[in-house]
Amino acid sequence: MAQVSLRKVVKAYEGGVQAVKGIDLEIADHEFVVLVGPSGCGKSTTLRMIAGLEEITGGDIAIGGTVVNDIPPRDRDIAMVFQNYALYPHMSVYDNMAFGLTLRKFPKAEIDKRVKEAARILDITPLLERKPKALSGGQRQRVAMGRAIVRDPKVFLFDEPLSNLDAKLRVQMRTEIKKVHQTVKTTTIYVTHDQVEAMTLADRVVVMNHGVIEQVGPPQVLYHTPATRFVAGFIGSPAMNFIPARLEEASGALRLHLPGGMSVDIPEARTARYRSYAGKDVVFGIRPEHLTDDKPTDKTNPAPMILTPEVIEPMGMETLAHFKLEGAELTARLDPATPAEVGQPLRLIAHMDQMHLIDPTTDKVI
Amino acid sequence: MADGSMVMQGAPAPMAGSSLRRFARRRSTVAFLMTLPLILVIGGLVAWPAGYAIYLSMLNRRMTQFIGLTNFEILLESDSFRMVIFQSVFFAVTAVILKALIGFWLAHMLHHIPTQGQRKWRGMLLVPWVIPPALSTLGWWWMFDPSYSSINWLLNVFAVPSVPWLGEPWWARISVIIVNVWYGAPFFMIMYLAALKSVPEALYEAAAIDGATSWQRLRYITLPMMRNIISITVLFSLIVTFANYDIVRVLTNGGPRDLTHVFASYAFQVGILAGNIPRGAAVSLFMFPILGVIAFFVLRGINKRNREEA
Amino acid sequence: MSTTTTAQTHPRGIFHKAGSLRAERRWALWSAYISLVIAAIIMLAPPAYMLLTSIKTSAEIADLSGNPWWVRSPTFENYWALINNAMFRGFFWNSVKVTIAVVTLSMVISVLAAFALGRMRFWGSQFLATGVFLTYLVPDTLLFIPLYQIVGGLGLLDNAWGLVLVYPTLTVPFCTWIMIGYFASIPKELDEAALIDGANWLQMLTRIFIPVALPGIIAATIFAFTVSWAAFVYPTAFITSPSEMPMTIGVVSQLIRGDTFAWGQLMAGALLAALPPVVVYAFLMDYYIAGLTAGATKG
Repeated sequence: MAQVSLRKVVKAYEGGVQAVKGIDLEIADHEFVVLVGPSGCGKSTTLRMIAGLEEITGGDIAIGGTVVNDIPPRDRDIAMVFQNYALYPHMSVYDNMAFGLTLRKFPKAEIDKRVKEAARILDITPLLERKPKALSGGQRQRVAMGRAIVRDPKVFLFDEPLSNLDAKLRVQMRTEIKKVHQTVKTTTIYVTHDQVEAMTLADRVVVMNHGVIEQVGPPQVLYHTPATRFVAGFIGSPAMNFIPARLEEASGALRLHLPGGMSVDIPEARTARYRSYAGKDVVFGIRPEHLTDDKPTDKTNPAPMILTPEVIEPMGMETLAHFKLEGAELTARLDPATPAEVGQPLRLIAHMDQMHLIDPTTDKVI
Repeated sequence: MADGSMVMQGAPAPMAGSSLRRFARRRSTVAFLMTLPLILVIGGLVAWPAGYAIYLSMLNRRMTQFIGLTNFEILLESDSFRMVIFQSVFFAVTAVILKALIGFWLAHMLHHIPTQGQRKWRGMLLVPWVIPPALSTLGWWWMFDPSYSSINWLLNVFAVPSVPWLGEPWWARISVIIVNVWYGAPFFMIMYLAALKSVPEALYEAAAIDGATSWQRLRYITLPMMRNIISITVLFSLIVTFANYDIVRVLTNGGPRDLTHVFASYAFQVGILAGNIPRGAAVSLFMFPILGVIAFFVLRGINKRNREEA
Repeated sequence: MSTTTTAQTHPRGIFHKAGSLRAERRWALWSAYISLVIAAIIMLAPPAYMLLTSIKTSAEIADLSGNPWWVRSPTFENYWALINNAMFRGFFWNSVKVTIAVVTLSMVISVLAAFALGRMRFWGSQFLATGVFLTYLVPDTLLFIPLYQIVGGLGLLDNAWGLVLVYPTLTVPFCTWIMIGYFASIPKELDEAALIDGANWLQMLTRIFIPVALPGIIAATIFAFTVSWAAFVYPTAFITSPSEMPMTIGVVSQLIRGDTFAWGQLMAGALLAALPPVVVYAFLMDYYIAGLTAGATKG
């Protein structure tokens, strides 16, 4: 077990295309870090550089204090779980898990002990004699994890391990992965494009976009205080609403003028923070869960907005309503009891204590 | 701090570069060593002999003197060699067309019967391809025997007069083609069957719903989807048929009156049996441009398909 | 006006088609079976007739009065005569010797090369892969005259080991080509997993690639086997003494003597010589066919 450091890591392909543009990241011992971002953001490339499957163009990667740039994958003491599991189809589950140890010339008894222990943790003891072909997707996933666990490596690397599973199994395996990490406590780096996976699993989430790190932080921090428009829009589902707006100052108070002639008051607590943007164009960000139907509640600083829904999606525990506001697409989360109808204007309130303002020139959250 | 990170970034970079390069070089070396036997086979047993053949073809009969293109000129002026060119082209083109048509028909029929039965039929129909052609041609030779021909016996049963299979030039040519088609049609059938099976069933269902008749389904779905395999198989078979030796050697040995010789058997006759190695080399080199053209089209077809699939 | 006519004819058209659908299908099935039966008779008649002839006595063969497609007094004397013939047994052992050597050699060369070409990209590997395919298109009948000179220069003419030297030109390109295809179908993650598990290139080949691509290796081995067993041009050109002849050329050249052909023995010899590939085919048909179609459908 060890910490992992990335210092100014660059990956460039022939022709000068940079997949990873100099990223810095310190991962502590025992930590569970998730790299998340849209496809092509460089997260998988970063993971594969840590694994040693891709050569590093520039910078350094250190595992447990040793720079591993030139060390081949087999000597880095890492284990990796692949998206398609990459189980050896001709070997039994037992042999699949034992293979890495056999190559490292572990004594037979030790291999047996470790494989049985891993099988017990993952609850796959009855499957040990089977071939991968005879396993379900979730079982293959467990075997792939077992293969990583038996090695007792310094670092676990997961490359989109749940993408090939159906939705229900994905939720189940997510819990399983978390449980395993709590048991073995190995430093883990996990790559996914699914922000829900990232939020639920990670001690810290690393949001990447276009080969750079947008923000690093614990899930709650990313959710409540996103640093950039990208992070604000990426974390949370349904995604945050972005509305072009203009910030105006009137007698010491700040008001946000929205399209369609609407305006909302900025809460007093935020005036100091936003004052310098008075008189400028900004982007108003508000999450669907903070744009709800108007009900007398104890929420602070509610700002009313009247909008006409275009599509209503009843989800059971809540109802999603979609609106159009001069080109901007908005979503609100309504109480399922609210009698919302397409074409019927609806009175909503924005919970302004949860609002965000974004500088449209830098895309940074103010 | 900034300096430190600069140094850290700057210093290891060239070192990393060189050792990575060393790593890549080591991988290349291992890979090269693994391909070395292949390179030796291709270079030593194919490329070198092919070049050597060109050199040989420009020598005189005793291989003591360089005579340029004289061998080729002599060949082109001789009637018997012109007949060889004609016979080779006629044989290859006719046989390949027949093989392709029969193979396609059989594959189509095989594809139509219930799947459980297909294996059994396929197994039976591929038997001609499995027997070494030199040996099965012996059987045909015996069936074509002038006095004991069992085929003629069958024809006589149906009141058809006996056919001088190998005794008369045109019948001999037809006999050679019959044997080659018998031997090669199953190969086409197997290739086309594989291609037919790779056409997604949903396409036919969509076409049926769009109102296509079975002929239209064949014309607008099956043939376009199989076009690449059809052309590759035809071109490939053209090469093999063009260069055929076994069947002609066993069945007619070039006779009657040297009228059924193809390039390969004539080259053998001239080069090995008559001992004129340079002339024989020249004969077989006549195959080269034709094969080159066909190979070009095969490669183009494969590249095209790879691009489409990529 | 026109709309009413179409409205009238259309439903009837559909009704008509629906009614004939079953009949159409049945007709298609019948025509398929009839074609297949005729094809099977034609495809199997020559080997069947060879078999019939091989179990006839010479007297029966020479008798023109009867039905040649029938055996009146079956006998195995032709087979016994061949099996007791030392020269014929020599053909068989030569074929076995040459084939085993060629198959082993070809598979080692092509598996190593296919792995390197397919998985360890290096300078010129793409070019070489195309070269392999082009080599496959060069027929033996183009090469036998220069090879005759080359083999002669090495003093290996009229020697079965000379055949071991030249047969790889028939087998190696195609085997390499289909092995590249099979190796390419193994997911990239499998080598990466093996790399992380600590395998080196050789272990990756022997512990992962060869076992996983086993069907391909079997198909390529069958191909190499059938091609070396059936090879005809090279032995015809290079071998002149019966003691060095493999089966194919041995049967064709040595069992035909003078004007009175021992047809029964000739057919028995041809069938015995054809037996090994046919047996392999009978037991490994699916691999055999996979190997056949691999050339065009993979790669």
